[in-house]
Order: sequence, then structure tokens, then C-alpha cells
Amino acid sequence: MTEPMTEPMTEPMTDPARQDLDPIAHATAPTPATPFPQDRGCPYHPPAGYEPLRAARPLSRVTLFDGRSVWAVTGHALARRLLADPRLSTDRTHPDFPVPAERFANVEQRRVALLGVDDPEHNVQRRMLIPSFSVKRIGALRPRIQETVDRLLDAMERQGPPAELVSAYALPVPSMVICALLGVPYADHEFFEECSQRLLRGPGAADVNRARDELEEYLGALIDRKRTEPGEGLLDELIHRDHPDGPVDREELISFAVILLIAGHETTANMISLGTFTLLRHPEQLAALRAGETTTAVVVEELLRFLSIAEGLQRLATEDMEVAGTTIRKGEGVVFSTSLINRDADVFPRAETLDWDRPARHHLAFGFGVHQCLGQNLARAELDIAMRSLFERLPNLRLAVPAQEIPHKPGDTIQGMLELPVAW
Amino acid sequence: MSGVGIQVDKERCVGAGMCALTAPDVFTQDDDGLSEVLPGRAETTGGHPLVAEAMRACPVGAVALAAD
Repeated sequence: MTEPMTEPMTEPMTDPARQDLDPIAHATAPTPATPFPQDRGCPYHPPAGYEPLRAARPLSRVTLFDGRSVWAVTGHALARRLLADPRLSTDRTHPDFPVPAERFANVEQRRVALLGVDDPEHNVQRRMLIPSFSVKRIGALRPRIQETVDRLLDAMERQGPPAELVSAYALPVPSMVICALLGVPYADHEFFEECSQRLLRGPGAADVNRARDELEEYLGALIDRKRTEPGEGLLDELIHRDHPDGPVDREELISFAVILLIAGHETTANMISLGTFTLLRHPEQLAALRAGETTTAVVVEELLRFLSIAEGLQRLATEDMEVAGTTIRKGEGVVFSTSLINRDADVFPRAETLDWDRPARHHLAFGFGVHQCLGQNLARAELDIAMRSLFERLPNLRLAVPAQEIPHKPGDTIQGMLELPVAW
Repeated sequence: MSGVGIQVDKERCVGAGMCALTAPDVFTQDDDGLSEVLPGRAETTGGHPLVAEAMRACPVGAVALAAD
């Protein structure tokens, strides 16, 4: 558990200390090493400790948990350029690959499909999966997502307030949807949700290793069963579809299943919980949504920018690169602070303000380049339906305890609420 | 006739769907999940209000104006 918020959650635009910052003075002063990642104070704002990085945009040095110095990209234009640059590798099995926390430093390095694989191999993997995530295919899933959402809201209403929104709604919505999409039995959700939590958050390296073993064993057995008892879903399609390069091997199937299952429920669950918390802390903006002055799709896009829950994307330089007047050396680590990148004032005026009227479209919450989130249109559809239905069905939704008492996730994992007690 | 029109480089495309999401009256995705210009829209240029947006939104620079 991370510490509950200790600082008042005011809009930083009204914070005089922040307005007084002189970017030039900060940029030219010798920058003391800034630790990265850091815990957020307020769950929807970048950590106050990232202020030196913001001032030195677009590129700074930061220090990882083990004292290693790496580059932190904090500017939007530079992030777009570097995330699209094939000289930055995403191969996590490389001994020099930067890791955000001790628990990942000591895990036995194993290949991670898609986001751990560089082109051209990555492209082959991705092309097997993209047909299932096209705008059209996701559009066809919408009625099913709506049914899932309605059933969960029915159950919440039947039970009556208060409720813990993470376990009652934010987690089950994407968990049920990704199960249906992949062909994983939702009956096993407690098992894989718990595994996925240990895999991402440890606490120790042994927990991460064991969680991954358990998840791989479970999905391996499921895949073996599907070979003789075909079901419906992406895993079944991959097992039984004719591929030009021959069948997908078991290890690769397991690797796909692990990454899609985890990415498919963890990220969206965090966006629902943190997005709801953020809206409840911004009554004016919420009123505009409720009054129909904007659409949920617009709200979701701005929340994606504003919350930037996938903080600190990692890469490794495989060649020397001349960048922003300096050289990133071969073998150096590079992290991308999406929360700062998505608040780059050159691209998003009044970036600290949650604003439905801004064009938020070019945020990098889903990354950029060949690894840009495969499931982003699924996430958009889930968030659109889940957020709209939640506030329509429960118009008096509110926090059941003071905001400061609600714990959120630590800085070294995907950002979100650990729990969210609500009433209506 | 020479001119410029919008094109999608299918070799580069990674199926993010950003063009189809941004300018759905110009772009779509085929059965493989790769983007393509809708029939009859190949003459669309950067003058279209959302085409420039779609070009910028593409994470791999696969959407571009090209001389025919």
C-alpha cells in the first residue's frame, strides 16, 4: 500500500510557487539528480518532485532506484521523435535495459511479447493481433461491453451504497471484456487478477517471478485445452488460424496471452478508478459532462492526457544518438515521463487544467511509434461506455470518505487508485 | 493529371487505427487491421480539415500526401 495523499489537491495553476518558476534559471543551473520514478502526491498530478524535470524540458538526467543515471524525456516533440526511433530498443532481456524498481532488477529475464520485442520480429507478432483490435472489430464489441457494464451497475444498485468501486466496477469491466475477447474463462478472474497484481507490484522479485510462472502455467494449460476443445476468442483464433509462417508455437501463444490479459485489464481498470476519482474532484468539469455540454469521448481523451497512468516508458539506446543538443550514448537508458510529456505547455496550453474544450488528441498516453498501445481503441470504447453509464446511472455518485484518506498506487507501477469507496 | 492525394503505407502501418479514428470519412481498416484510404477518397488532400490531423496522429508516419 502506498501512503495516502498528504498534500492538498488543489489545481497547480493556482499554486504561486509553481507560477514563480523561472524556466531559464532552472535550465542553466546544474541539475541535482532527480530520483525516478517517484510517488505521486495527488494521484492525478505528476509528483511535485518532478518540478526540476519540467523546468529542464525536453531532456534531463534522472537517477533510478539503484543509483543508475539515465535520460528522462519530458518534451512532447522530442518524445514523438524518440519513441519512433528504431535505435531505441525495448528488449527487456538486454542486461543494460533500465528497470524502474528493485523487484524487476532481480527477476529472471524472460522474453515479453510485443512490448519487449524490437522490429522486425515485433512487427510479425503485432500483425497477428491487429485484426482483432481494429476500430471496426472493437465497434462490434460495444453492445457486449454495454451489457457487462449494465450488469455490474445493476448489482451495485441492488446492493446499495456504499461500494468499493475498484472491485465492484473498475476492475470487473475490463476483466470481463478481455476474457471474452481472448477466450479466457472469467470464472478464473480472481486467480489471474491476483497474479497480475503480484507480477506488477511484487513486493519482491520472488513474488514477480512466481506470479509469472503461475500465470504462464495457467494460460499454457488453457491453450492446451483449447487445442482439443476449441472455444471462441482471440487465443482460439491464433491456435487454429492458418498462418503464412506456420502455426504459432506454444511459448509464443502463452507470451501473447500473458501480455494481453494483463495489459487488457490492469490499465483500463486504473483509468476507470482514477478517472472517476478525478471527475469527483472536479465538480465544474463533471457538471459540464452531466449537462451534456461535452461528450464522454472528449472527456475520456482529456482524462487519458491528464492522468497519463502509464508513466515512465523505458528504452535502451543501441547506438549513439545526437538529440536536443546532446548525445545519448549507446548502452544508456531512456525513460519517458508521459505525465510531463502530456503536460508540455507548448502543445497543451494551460496543461495543468482539466479542460474539455482543448484538443487533447495528440497526447502520448498510449505511447507512440511501432509500440503504440495495440488495445487503445478497445480501451477508448470501454472507458466511453463505463464512464458514461456510471455517471448516468448514479447521478449522485460521490466519494464515501475524504479524498485524502483514499490510497493510490505507488510511482513505480501503472498509476491508479488502490481502492475507491463511493456512495450515491 | 498530376496532383497530390492521401496515401497509407501498409508496410509501415501498425494497425493503431488512429487515422480511421481521426478521419473516419477518409480512412478505414481492412480485414488484416491495416489502414487504407476509403474508395473514392484517394484525391483527398491536406486541405481536408481532419487529414492533417490524421497524418500527425499516425504513430509511424504511414499516412502521407503523395504525388500520383
